Amino acid sequence: MNIPSELKYTKDHEWVKIEGDVATVGITDFAQSELGDIVYVEVETVDETLNIEDVFGTVEAVKTVSDLFLPLSGEIIEFNEGLEDEPEVVNSDPYEGGWMIKIKFSNPEELETLLSDADYKALIGA
Amino acid sequence: MKNTALTTTHEALGAKMVPFAGYNMPVQYDGVNIEHETVRQAVGVFDVSHMGEFLIEGPNALALIQKVSSNDATKLTIGKAQYSYLPNDNGGVVDDLIIYKIKEETYLLVVNASNIEKDWNWITSKNDVGAIMRDLSEDYSLLAIQGPKAIEAMQPLTSHDLSAIKFYNFEVGDFAGIENVIISATGYTGSGGFEIYCKNSEAKQIWDKVVEAGAKPIGLAARDTLRLEMGYCLYGNDIDDTTSPLEAGLGWVTKFTKTFTNSEALQAEKTNGLTNKLVAFTLDERGIPRHGYDIVDADGQKIGVVTSGTMSPSLGIGIGLGYVPKDFAAVDGKIHIQIRKKAIPATVVKLPFYKG
Repeated sequence: MNIPSELKYTKDHEWVKIEGDVATVGITDFAQSELGDIVYVEVETVDETLNIEDVFGTVEAVKTVSDLFLPLSGEIIEFNEGLEDEPEVVNSDPYEGGWMIKIKFSNPEELETLLSDADYKALIGA
Repeated sequence: MKNTALTTTHEALGAKMVPFAGYNMPVQYDGVNIEHETVRQAVGVFDVSHMGEFLIEGPNALALIQKVSSNDATKLTIGKAQYSYLPNDNGGVVDDLIIYKIKEETYLLVVNASNIEKDWNWITSKNDVGAIMRDLSEDYSLLAIQGPKAIEAMQPLTSHDLSAIKFYNFEVGDFAGIENVIISATGYTGSGGFEIYCKNSEAKQIWDKVVEAGAKPIGLAARDTLRLEMGYCLYGNDIDDTTSPLEAGLGWVTKFTKTFTNSEALQAEKTNGLTNKLVAFTLDERGIPRHGYDIVDADGQKIGVVTSGTMSPSLGIGIGLGYVPKDFAAVDGKIHIQIRKKAIPATVVKLPFYKG
């Protein structure tokens, strides 16, 4: 199971990459493996300002639908539109090509709530 | 939770296992899309040993079957199988099943895993004719070998001419070094192939030889997408204790030339005209319909419910089945599927979705 040490994680199996006041968000290798073949990523909250834990989109595998939860409060400034035609990239490349959104986060204190790679490994028993 | 004779085999192959109808079953091995593709283009093998098998025997076996089932089992000759269902007394469906005529006065009923106990109790309750009933579910395994290359790949495993077994016919004989197995030209995928019934102790040898002969293991997730692309009903989704078999499109296996459980009421329902119909639809825009989603009209009013839905691996679009009032049931008609906040337009289509 690939869990890069430079990323932060959530208990909802998302990864977060912090660059300045922008956070890039995707789902973890563990999440994509549990979901199986991903066939649709729906994000219709671009330009919206939402709170931490709000649903910002949906990821659909052949058999299941999962909500995507915002890891940090802020404005959703970008959606990875490449996923509209190639959602399977989330399976094949969850941490790079499979990124989902970028957030301009508004409350840096919330960064404390994110998990380290070690915490996340412990969470999934990896 | 129960295991099949092959559970450890699936685990060794790295399958993702899930509880299904009380059994620990493989939902996928390499991924549902690739497994689906294998069955559409080549050949795959499914362990569906969770299915139930009842043997009905004796001089009154046929009388009992005629009474509890909707199709006409007098049409069966030895070596033929028939799709049918068990109507309940209230206009719904106890289960759907396949009935095999094994020999004179001996029939095999193959029922859904989730309904084994319910079906057994139901048929028993109707058995006032003294037919002999045996539940073989715990003793028998079922392997479905499905795909356009099934005949060619499996022919070396048997002395029977596989290409000569017609759809919904079966032979009893040798397969993969085991005698007296049922080789049945049936399946739930629409891609051709066989189903093999054998004793649990024989399942491992047959599985290994079938895989050695070129069949790839396929999980239950692909079984569901494959059956849905054909529009085959799934008990518990599209039909259940409360759904009308006629509205579900099972009129073709409902034979009013005989009397059977609830046949008078079903006949009256047919005569009076159906209220709803189970229709097949494809989404006109991106999205995936799911079991339980509302079907709405152009004004957003709820008109029905999706009973099965998925992203079709073969077609790359959202497909589904659902009940709608018959005014909305015509082919090419427009309906909408409520997916979260959006009503996605959809078109009623003819089955199957996948035409090979």
